[in-house]
Amino acid sequence: MFQDNEHIVRSYDEELSALANRLAAMGELTTNLLDDAMRALIERDAALAKATVAKDGEIDELERKVEEQVILTIAKRQPMAQDLRQVMAAIRIAADLERIGDMGKNIAKRALAISAASHPDDLLRGIEHMHEMGRSQLKDVLEAYLNRDADKALEVWRQDAEIDAKYNALFRELLTYMMEDPRNIGLCTHLLFCAKNIERIGDHTTNIAETIAFLVNGEPIDGERPKKDVTSQTPFTGEPDT
Amino acid sequence: MLRTDLTLSMRLSTDFCTSGLIPRALGILGVTDEATDKTVTMQKTAAPKTSAKPKISSKNVCVFYGEKQALFDVSLDIPEHAVTALIGPSGCGKSTYLRCINRMNDVIDIARVTGKIELDGVDIYDPSIDVVELRARVGMVFQKPNPFPKSIFENVAYGPRIHGLTRDKTDLEELVVTSLKRASLFDEVKDRLDDPGTSLSGGQQQRLCIARAIATQPEVILMDEPASALDPIATARIEELIDELRQNYTILIVTHSMQQAARVSQKTAFFHLGHLVEHGDTDQIFTNPKDQRTQDYITGRFG
Repeated sequence: MFQDNEHIVRSYDEELSALANRLAAMGELTTNLLDDAMRALIERDAALAKATVAKDGEIDELERKVEEQVILTIAKRQPMAQDLRQVMAAIRIAADLERIGDMGKNIAKRALAISAASHPDDLLRGIEHMHEMGRSQLKDVLEAYLNRDADKALEVWRQDAEIDAKYNALFRELLTYMMEDPRNIGLCTHLLFCAKNIERIGDHTTNIAETIAFLVNGEPIDGERPKKDVTSQTPFTGEPDT
Repeated sequence: MLRTDLTLSMRLSTDFCTSGLIPRALGILGVTDEATDKTVTMQKTAAPKTSAKPKISSKNVCVFYGEKQALFDVSLDIPEHAVTALIGPSGCGKSTYLRCINRMNDVIDIARVTGKIELDGVDIYDPSIDVVELRARVGMVFQKPNPFPKSIFENVAYGPRIHGLTRDKTDLEELVVTSLKRASLFDEVKDRLDDPGTSLSGGQQQRLCIARAIATQPEVILMDEPASALDPIATARIEELIDELRQNYTILIVTHSMQQAARVSQKTAFFHLGHLVEHGDTDQIFTNPKDQRTQDYITGRFG
């Protein structure tokens, strides 16, 4: 919306671009972590799962650095208008990315827990599909951040309902497996949590999209967030889904 | 009674304006498992406008110093019982505009003012207006504290005396004490009212000047960078004072400190090269200005 003229004080520009770079690095680390977690789950790769769990620490560390930088900038520069929105956006996006990292770590932990079990392939395909949706949303939102593209962010914001819908379908499917054979319950519960993690990654991605819209336009997105996750209202009937 | 009502509605409107940002900032971080079945509603920051009649209304004000035009078609309404900050780079016309409001430009021979400025609906440039009386209604505080070379008491008593505002000595003494109290200076000087005004510290001198301005019981106070020559503590005192004074007065303040404008004012007007570029609620101007020039100025992108 606004052209980005340079500040009179050059080091101020440097601080702000360092902040944006750090967030971009955080975004890349987070995306990679999610990919690794998913690969560990699908390929039953215990070693990769362990390495992925350890990786989350790097993201946490970056979040701390972003926080420090934002606090310093506020203290030193008293940012106004777009600059103020930029530092506020940075701290919010960093928090969302950190949470997304946690979700990925949780998937990796579950991958480790069930790496010895044999998975029904179509269940995994469902989760993998969900992951791809979530991942592409995350990629788009990070791109929208880099380009200060509010329209793209809005697009991501609208698409979250699709991940929710996919999650609802998986939820029912996993429930059916559990009812068919109680020996599936352990495995299916882990997979259900993995799916839930991805669904929540979608929510954090939507948060980031909202932050970007606020960053660019100075106003929050107008309207209700599209939500299609209805599993918390789904009654357990004890009857397999037909 | 009317005054209190106006102040309240002014406050409500500024509060309403801020309410969009922060709660949402919190809400956005707090998305939890349980929150997924709730719909997140987002507020749109409304632009509330006080319907109250403006205290000062200016239309197409132009100021010329000889051949040079310093102010171009400035139309601006100043709400009552609120602080309006005028900001902009040096030479942008903000002080020129301020000085139009109590006709201080009259004292400059080559200055010419066109357009219309109304105080409570009355044209202040009308030939029938008594400028001395106008300046009693519209007080002024300058950048550098400029107490008269008289005692503290006389500094404050001078205005009411020449305007004949008090009946007798007791009345005058009372007014001096009230004015000093309103300017938050009384406690510091009550035992030495006969000392010269110039014996006070810079910050105290500025509060003495404010007390002097208040003593003539003005309705509007114009402040031209009232804190720029003061240290941070004295500045904080002046800002606190401005906040208290706006309950009873309409205040216009010219300041080069953006943070100060953001802190003390409810309305902000941004001037550039003699033009009024943008004006609106202070909360909006400093978080989401609409004009690129305002944006560039308040974020330190051009001078």
